[in-house]
Amino acid sequence: MKRALQLLLPGLLALLLVACAGTSVRGTGDLGLVIERAAGHVALVNTSFRSAYARIGGLGDLSHASVVYSRDARYAYVFGRDGGLTKIDLLEARIDKRVMQSGNAIGGSISQDGRIVVAQNYTPGGIKAFDAETLELLSEVPAEYAPGQFSKVVGLADVPGNKFAYALFDGGEIWVSDFTDPKKPVTTRYPAGLQPYDGLVTPDGRYYLAGLFGEDGIALLDLWQPEKGARKILEKYGRGEEKLPVFKMPHLRGWSVAAGRAWLPAIGRHEVLVADASTWKETGRVAVKGQPVFVMASPDGRQIWVNFAFPDNGWVQVIDTLSGQVVQTLQPGKAVLHMEFTPRGEAVWISARDDNRVVIYDTRNFARLGEIPVDAPSGIFFTSRAARIGF
Amino acid sequence: MASLLLACPALPAAAEPSAARQKELIHLVRQDCGSCHGMTLQGGLGPALLPATLAGKPAESLVATIIGGRPGTPMPPWHQFVAEDEAQWIVARLMTGFPQ
Repeated sequence: MKRALQLLLPGLLALLLVACAGTSVRGTGDLGLVIERAAGHVALVNTSFRSAYARIGGLGDLSHASVVYSRDARYAYVFGRDGGLTKIDLLEARIDKRVMQSGNAIGGSISQDGRIVVAQNYTPGGIKAFDAETLELLSEVPAEYAPGQFSKVVGLADVPGNKFAYALFDGGEIWVSDFTDPKKPVTTRYPAGLQPYDGLVTPDGRYYLAGLFGEDGIALLDLWQPEKGARKILEKYGRGEEKLPVFKMPHLRGWSVAAGRAWLPAIGRHEVLVADASTWKETGRVAVKGQPVFVMASPDGRQIWVNFAFPDNGWVQVIDTLSGQVVQTLQPGKAVLHMEFTPRGEAVWISARDDNRVVIYDTRNFARLGEIPVDAPSGIFFTSRAARIGF
Repeated sequence: MASLLLACPALPAAAEPSAARQKELIHLVRQDCGSCHGMTLQGGLGPALLPATLAGKPAESLVATIIGGRPGTPMPPWHQFVAEDEAQWIVARLMTGFPQ
């Protein structure tokens, strides 16, 4: 009887699914999208089949576009450079809603409860909060750091308590806005340092780090004890030496913490800086091929994958977190812009803009598993981001 | 060509880059300068590089910015990748509407 049930069960399940909603019922855990920056399209992709299953256009200027996911991982919110905010339904492969929310934007984030989507803007400088369901404007926080002076906002990240942390490039501050009342956010300001260029929240949501461009160091705010203010870590890592030119700003996101350490791009040095993630003291640095742009830990924290600014943007290097050594150097294609791990990290997808392809590697043996033709790909975003703090 | 010279009277007539090199320079400006200035050059971390925003700025200082960077800002020097006459060509194109 038990065996008969086991044999029948898959068939029954299939029938049930068909009966409920046709053959299209499925989850979204293995889906994602790739930005086609030049064409203003996105390619919807499936990481189980390593293929693209749809292409959607009409998203405007997608250079430097980024994406966050709804709590149910069905909808992608795409933040375009031109201030467009587009909500895409991954299952029905169509645009659900679209608004023009500013003149010049670089990204966004979604709240802990999944109800508020926030965009970070360069022009006019500040953040804007939208209802995640309808994309109606709820409130905004202009980044007016001095009377009449507005800053570009960088490094926006969601943090626990329906708050968002971000940094002011021109204002040199970290701001934390509490959206407990989505229509009346309450903002607290913390002096940070010269020209913060991006920020990240550690995966546990405790620390907000803002990388500084205008000085050697990183500003660190303990969100569990914010009253202590932001302090500097990795100060003077350049040791007074002249910086190398930086042809592209590095990006920080919440996955540079691995094996108890934070792995961070140095500015103007061909190095990855390593700090203990509890004391925040420097524990080492790793020499790499160029100015790091993304320094990304695999989901298990065993590897750090690094890509580089122009003119070294054809390379990708892999650091083993146990030995702290570069263990692999790859050439996925021309102008590597982004990397994304599959949810549990058996593979990594890498975009090679000028070769018009996304290349997929096995993270264990670095074998090339395949490639997908995509028009000038930049950011790759999988739905596993939906459940992460700091995105 | 006449209108170009009228629009940028401060620029000496420099030899034009070859057609192949022009293509490379257009790609460099749209993609790599575009990292900060935006692929459509409407600005980002760096300022917009559209004819309206550049109008009235002396072409030589824009060329010098490309070649030598701007200390105190994230603008790096590009002299390793762009020769001076190429920077002049880029500035002239930026001021009149940059090709796709």
